[in-house]
This record gives sequence, structure tokens and C-alpha cells, in this order.
Amino acid sequence: MTSVPQAEPPPRGSPGRRLSTFLFRHDRIRLGGLLAGPLGWLVVIYLGSLFLLLLASLWDTEPFTSEVVHNWTLDNFKRIFEEPVYRDVAWRTVSMAVYVTIADAVLAFPVAYYMARVASPRTRNILVVAVLTPLWASYLVKAYVWRTMLGEEGIINWLLAPFGLELQGKSSLGLWLSFTYLWLPFMILPIYAGLERIPHSLLEASADLGGRSLRTFLRVTLPLVFPAVVAGSIFTFSLTLGDYILPTLIADEQFIGTVIYTDRGSNLPVAAAFAMVPIAVMTLYLFVAKRLGAFESL
Amino acid sequence: MVESRLTRVLLRLGAGATLAFIYFPLFVIAIYAFNENISQTWPIEHYTTKWFGVAWRDENVRDALLLSVKAALGATAIALVLGTLAALAVSRYRFFGKETISFLVILPIALPGIITGLALQATILNVLDPIGISFSIWTIIIGHATFCIVVVYNNAVARSRRIGGSLQEASMDLGADAWQTFRFVTFPQLRTALLAAALLAFALSFDEVVVTIFTSGAQQTLPIWIFTNFGRPRELPIVNVVALFVIFASIIPVWIAQRIAGGGLATERPGKGAVAAAIDAEP
Amino acid sequence: MKGRKARVARWAVFGLLVAALSVVAAGCGGGDEEGASTQIEGLGSTIEEIQANARDEGQTNLVIWGGYADKSWADQFTQETGCKVNTKDGAGSDDMVDLMATGAWDGVSASGDATLRLIAKGDVAPINFDLTPNYADVFPGLKDQPYNTVDGVGYGVPHGRGPNFMVFRNDIVPAGTDSWAPIWDGSYPNKLSIYDSQNFIADAAVYLKATQPDLNITNPYELDDTQFQAAVDLLKQQRPNIGKYWDGVTYADQVTTFKSGETVVGTTWPYQVNLMAAEKPPLKVTAIKPKEGTTGWSDTWMIYSKAAHPNCMYLWMNYIISPEANAKVAEYFGEAPSNEKACALTADANHCATYHADDEAWWEDIYYWSTPQADCGDDRGEVCKTYEDWRAAWTEVKG
Repeated sequence: MTSVPQAEPPPRGSPGRRLSTFLFRHDRIRLGGLLAGPLGWLVVIYLGSLFLLLLASLWDTEPFTSEVVHNWTLDNFKRIFEEPVYRDVAWRTVSMAVYVTIADAVLAFPVAYYMARVASPRTRNILVVAVLTPLWASYLVKAYVWRTMLGEEGIINWLLAPFGLELQGKSSLGLWLSFTYLWLPFMILPIYAGLERIPHSLLEASADLGGRSLRTFLRVTLPLVFPAVVAGSIFTFSLTLGDYILPTLIADEQFIGTVIYTDRGSNLPVAAAFAMVPIAVMTLYLFVAKRLGAFESL
Repeated sequence: MVESRLTRVLLRLGAGATLAFIYFPLFVIAIYAFNENISQTWPIEHYTTKWFGVAWRDENVRDALLLSVKAALGATAIALVLGTLAALAVSRYRFFGKETISFLVILPIALPGIITGLALQATILNVLDPIGISFSIWTIIIGHATFCIVVVYNNAVARSRRIGGSLQEASMDLGADAWQTFRFVTFPQLRTALLAAALLAFALSFDEVVVTIFTSGAQQTLPIWIFTNFGRPRELPIVNVVALFVIFASIIPVWIAQRIAGGGLATERPGKGAVAAAIDAEP
Repeated sequence: MKGRKARVARWAVFGLLVAALSVVAAGCGGGDEEGASTQIEGLGSTIEEIQANARDEGQTNLVIWGGYADKSWADQFTQETGCKVNTKDGAGSDDMVDLMATGAWDGVSASGDATLRLIAKGDVAPINFDLTPNYADVFPGLKDQPYNTVDGVGYGVPHGRGPNFMVFRNDIVPAGTDSWAPIWDGSYPNKLSIYDSQNFIADAAVYLKATQPDLNITNPYELDDTQFQAAVDLLKQQRPNIGKYWDGVTYADQVTTFKSGETVVGTTWPYQVNLMAAEKPPLKVTAIKPKEGTTGWSDTWMIYSKAAHPNCMYLWMNYIISPEANAKVAEYFGEAPSNEKACALTADANHCATYHADDEAWWEDIYYWSTPQADCGDDRGEVCKTYEDWRAAWTEVKG
């Protein structure tokens, strides 16, 4: 800790001092001052933008030019609820999000558990770094690599060839693999943190009382770490729900993100209305997650 | 040890397999960067380093790199200021709507990028453009700063909560005013957390592509350059090289941030354990 | 927090929200005035002025079809004019219109299903052909066409035109195939390579025109309810057989998928055919214009009405239709050039003959991409499906 340099307090009456004293006494104003910047930015720029999107979803388009016309209408929402293709796309996207979340949870657990409870402190530090750094290694690059690897003459098929297997071109399976890969570190970290928080004494007590590894795991560890899993799932779910680059690169099926992207100019109101679906889903998800205690694990 | 030996062995294997899974594609791209052939089939026939030179000499690549760096610096600066302010407010005070702040700050990252991007583009086209701010480095910075705030916020909150308010009060009792207190007491305590956060925010902004597509107009950051060119047959080898570079450019700041914060690290989504470890390990 | 302070805080939040919304609402004001004038802010009035201004501008941003601005001729343009050429490949006409709407791009190489919409939106300005002298040498058959001229006012300079070929692996699909049937009758399940855009509905209509004459389809872009439904049904039948879609951004994937046999038959541009032939060894593919006819495109360079670099854009438009550059792009991409004099400059002396640059008869069963409108243009009246209908149907077909 650096030592505080000796400084003469400013003279009593200086404006800086007066303002400082004023702020010290009126802490609500001080609070307001602190919050004005960030809150102003987020509310005006971010929420304002989302609000614009919501407005767009309630407007109409001129059929030829696709210009947004400021006629209020609920037709866009009617369309996304009535036309089966939007339901199919939403269902496909949500299902993929679920499969990816499950796969990530399953893959994350061994690493997280090893890091949290088995590895020595030195190994643990190395592992945390090792897990964390790929997380930051560029989403787009990873997407692009998977596209290359999943190609008909790419690495995956080359690896599978001796077994007589083949990944059928661009398929949901490849997409699922890619998503699972991309979001995996987001799941490992909260689970690791959650596992780390479990007091060792609890697990020892369970062992003393006769619980073997699996039983202790199922009855003690899992319930305690569940909020952390939910916390990680927020991101695997949300990121899959809105992605539009990966489905375009790897699969040929429409996902929520790709539909929004294609419609963004030619029919912005419908795209905006459809965009309300992931917003609603994520808001609900966050709400449930909060109830399950996930926010504490974030 | 609570876990049986078998369990530990299995865990070690599982962890190893997962780590291999994580790193494998990164090695693949590293290898492809040395592929001489333009086509991307496997296995690779000839290796060369010539594409590195070609990439460096490509004016578009250099311009994109410069733009990425400038935008990341701008976004990080704004995020530092706003994130610290919000963090100080949340960690020091109790007030109505405190939890909403955390929710609000995390929203830009929690919502899918296409929604954030589309919403911001709507704002740029309908609000900013008419008042003179058209697509430029500033629109890119605005977009990036918005979701970088949470990175700084989380780190600063964690550290701020840890150090508590008593030192600030003591400083004021001893006659320092608010600015002096911030300069001599608060900031030094936050410094390493903020530095780590700044590096993370930089990496996040440098790598971002989805929101940037919507906020950049005709500009090209490095990820946008990759996105524009990965479909162009003659550019593929250069794309591989640039991709490798982007990986390192994202990893290195994070790695440095790790060293600064000690063994653990608060990410934009920190586990408390990791955060606590970070602070405990700090000298 | 109690009573008064709680109320104050609530009002503060409310006030912030209102402020945010007013900013937002202010931005949602009226649109811009549409002008039909060739004048663009910043554009010089003589060629010398334009050249001087262009040096100051230093760059031009273009939305293009892949391959239209390759370095081999773009770099020379930059050397001659001082304008750097920044490009983005449009995924399709839709994408191009969307990109132009953002206002960030100076110009676009628009096909007929984009041009009229751009004109109607006021996003593109009429061209002052005095400032593009090479226009004089453009084939008469490309001038004053319905897709680039409205009310006698020309909105762009013709780039060139080409057909959408049918391409197939001649060692898998019978080498003498001359019909679109293989992509519609399910002979190659999971092996089709199809263009991902709603204007592919027109290709279905072209096939129905020949195979179901009682539908009375005359123009594949003017489809009434019955005809449209038939086309959509045909497409839905085809959907399960699609191996991989391609578009203006992923076109190069076709080379990979045809090489590996992942796809064996489909639609393509001549550009990919050239790429496939350039592989070592060249791919065993054949590209034909089937007997039922095909869709095609005649592209026009248009300038954004509020272009940030109008002078560079004008210079580019003049350059790309100059005999030398037009010859290069026509050969590189594989299309018929728009400038008559380009035919003498192509590396392959037979290029223009091979691509039927002057053979209007050959283009009669090539239906250029057009924008579907409600007005059928014949005595049926306004019962045809609109562009929006096509968009919605395509989303539905893809499922």
C-alpha cells in the first residue's frame, strides 16, 4: 500500500473546498452526481435505442420501398404469432439454446470441479488463466475456424474418416458443436466460483456421515452449485438465442437472429417485433434466474 | 480429500479433455496461417510465412487495425469513467433502485448483440444522423462503450466493496476534501482493479463484431475486415493471418490483466470466488 | 428510503426517461425531401472540377457484387484518381438496398430488383451523363431500360449483364442435361446449391412457365395469386433437397461444395464458374442456360443521393464503364460488358461472342431480376404479388 503523500488541505474558503463540503453534507446530491453520467448514458442511449426498436415494431412499412411508415399497428406481432414459420424458427432457436446450455454444463463441470476442489493452488491459478484466455480470443475468429473445420474436406471429417463417419456438410450437429465450444468458458467460470465457495467442511461432514463420492456430489454439491450453473446458463442461453453469424456460416436453417438480420431493412417493423421475442425470453429467464439465486453467483 | 481416487483421476482426464477441446481450434487457425494454398482443405500441403508479410503490407488491414485500436481506446476510456462512477455509487450508498443499476449495466451484454446493434443503428439513423453525428469512429465508440461499462463496473464494485469506506472517511476527518480523497486514497486502492478492467474492456472492444457491424457504416475495424473478407477467395490466406493476430491481440491484454490482479481475475462476469482470490492475492 | 426522498428519486428516474423519450421522439420526425435532381452536394459541375474534388475526397465506399471491384482494376483507378476504393459485398439485392439506406455508402452496383426501390426511396440520384463520357459507348440495348430509367430520367450507368447459369457436376449429372428438371424433380436429394434470395421465386416461375403452360405465366416477376402459389409450392417441395444455400457473400463456398460433391447441381453466376475452372485441377462442371430459359441480371451503378464522396463516385462510374476496365471486369466475372469498345480489349478475343454481348435474341428468355409490384403491367390489373409478399414467402419457404 502506498503511503498517502503529505498534503496541505486547501484553504477553507476555496471553491473546490466549498463544493467538496457541500457534497459531503448532501450525500444524495453526491450520489446523483455519481450516477448521472452512467445512468444518463445507459438510459438515454441504450434504453432509448431499445425503445426506438419497440416503436418500430408497432409501425408499418410501405410495401414497395420498405420505408417505415408511422402508422400504429399490431399487425407485426400478429404476424409473428400467427405465421408458423416464426414459431418454428423461435422453437428451433430455443431448443438449440437448451441443448447448448446442457452440453456446456456437462462439459464445464469436470474442469470446474477439478479447478475448484482437486487441483493444487498453483495448478489452479494456471488453469484459471488457461480457461480464461480463450474466452477472450475473438468470437468471430472462432466461428470462422469452426466453419473451416466443419467443411466437407475440413479437419473434423478428416478425424472422423478412419471411423467411417462423416459430418453431413453444414448441419445442426456442427452448429451445436460450435455453439457449445464458443460459450463453454462462460459456463466454466461461474461453476468454478460456485464450487469454490462450498466450504470443505460440508463435504467432509458428508463423507464422515458415510456418503461416497457420487452421493455427496448429488446430495450436497449439486444443490449448492446449482445457482452458479443457472448463472452460467444465462449467457449460454442468451448468446445462442440471438446469434446470427454462426447459423449463416455453418447451418442453412433460419434462427431468430438470422431472420431479424435479413428482415432488418426490408421489413424493420417485423424484425423489431420478432426481436421482442428474445428480449421477452431473456427478461423472463433473468427473472427466474434471480429467483434461483443466480445473481449472487455472477 | 473427499473425492475418491477414481473420481480424481476421471476429473483430471475430463478437465484435460475439455481444455484440449477449448484450445484445439485455436491451434488449427495458427496452423492455417502458415498454409500456402489458397483453398482451405485439410491436411495442409505446403507451409509458408509469406502471408504474414502480405497481410502487413495490405493497406486495408493496417487501416482496420488502427481503427480497432483507436475505437478500443476511446471505448475503454468512456467505460472507465462511467463504470467507476456507477461502481462508487453502488458500493457506497444504499438507495432506491440499486439492484436496477446492476441489471441495467449488464443489459447491453446480456441481450443478444443483434438486438443491441439494431437498436443502436435505429438511434444513429433517426437521432444522431440528423444532428450531425453520422457513422464514424464515434458511433463505433458509443456502441462499444455501452457494453464495456459492465466490465469496469463489476471490477470496480468488487474492489470498492472490499476496501470499504472507512479510509475515505478517515481521510476527510483529517482535513482532505473530496478531490484530494479521491486522488490520494480512493484511486490508488482502485487502481489495479481499474487497470485490469481497462485491459479487459480493451480486449472486448477490440474483438467485438456483431454490434460493430451495425454501428460502423462503411468503416472497418479489424473484425469487420475479417467478416468482409472471409468470403473472398483471394483474401483467405490473409484472413487466416489476421485471425491469428486478433487472437493474440485479445489474449495478451487479458493475460497482462491476470498478472496485475494476481491469481484470479474478475471478468465481466466474475464469480465471487475468483474476485476474492484476485483481491486476496494482490500485494 | 422514505417518503419525500423516495418521491424525489422516483421523479428523477421518470424525468430521465422522459428526457430519453423526447430525444427519441425528436428523431422520429418527418423524412427528407426527395429531389429528382442530378445535383449532389459537393459534386463538381465539370469533369475537371470533379477530378480536383476527388483528390480531396480520397476514397469512395461501394456496395458491390463480389468480384466487381477486384484489385486488378481498382488499384489502377486509385492511382489515376487518388480515390481509394472500399467495398462491401452485398449478400443480395435486399442487403444492398438495406446498406444503401444507412447512408454510409457512396454507390452500389444494383440489379433490377434493387434499382426501382432505390429510386422510389430517393436513395439514388439521377446521373448527369455529361459527367460520365464513357456512357456514350454503352450498348444501346442497355440504355433507357425500365430498370434504370424512370420517366425518361436515367439513374445509373450500366455495368454489364449476365445469366444465372445452371451448373452441375458433369461426372454425376448426365453431361447432356439441358433442362432445369434436375433441381426441381428431386433427383439429387440434399445435393442442390441454390441462391438464397426471394428473387429465386422467379426461377421457379420460369420453370413453371415451361412445364405448366396452363398457368399462363408470361413474366416470372408478375405473378398473380394462383401462379405465385404454384411457384411457392414448387419451392417448398424443393426445400428438403437443398444441400447448401449460397448468396452474394458466401458465393465462393460453391467452389468447395461442388469440388467435394456436397452439392452436385444448382444455380450459379459465371464468376463461380470461372473460379471453378481456375482450380487446380479444374472442376468437372458444366454451366448452361437451360432450354426453359433462366433469370439473369443487368446491373447498374448508382450513386447515393447524399453521397459523402460524390466526385470519386462519378469518377468510378466513368472508369468502370471505360473500355479497358469494363473489359477486365467482364472477363473476370464472366459477363457481357456494357461498353461496345470493351469487346476489342478483352484478353480472350471471343469473349463478347461467348457472352452474347450484342446478341439481343439470346437474352430474350433471360428474365433480368426485377422488383415485383402490385401492378401486373397487363390487363390483369393490380393483382400481382408485391415485393413484400415475395419476402414473406421466401422466409416461409426456408422454414
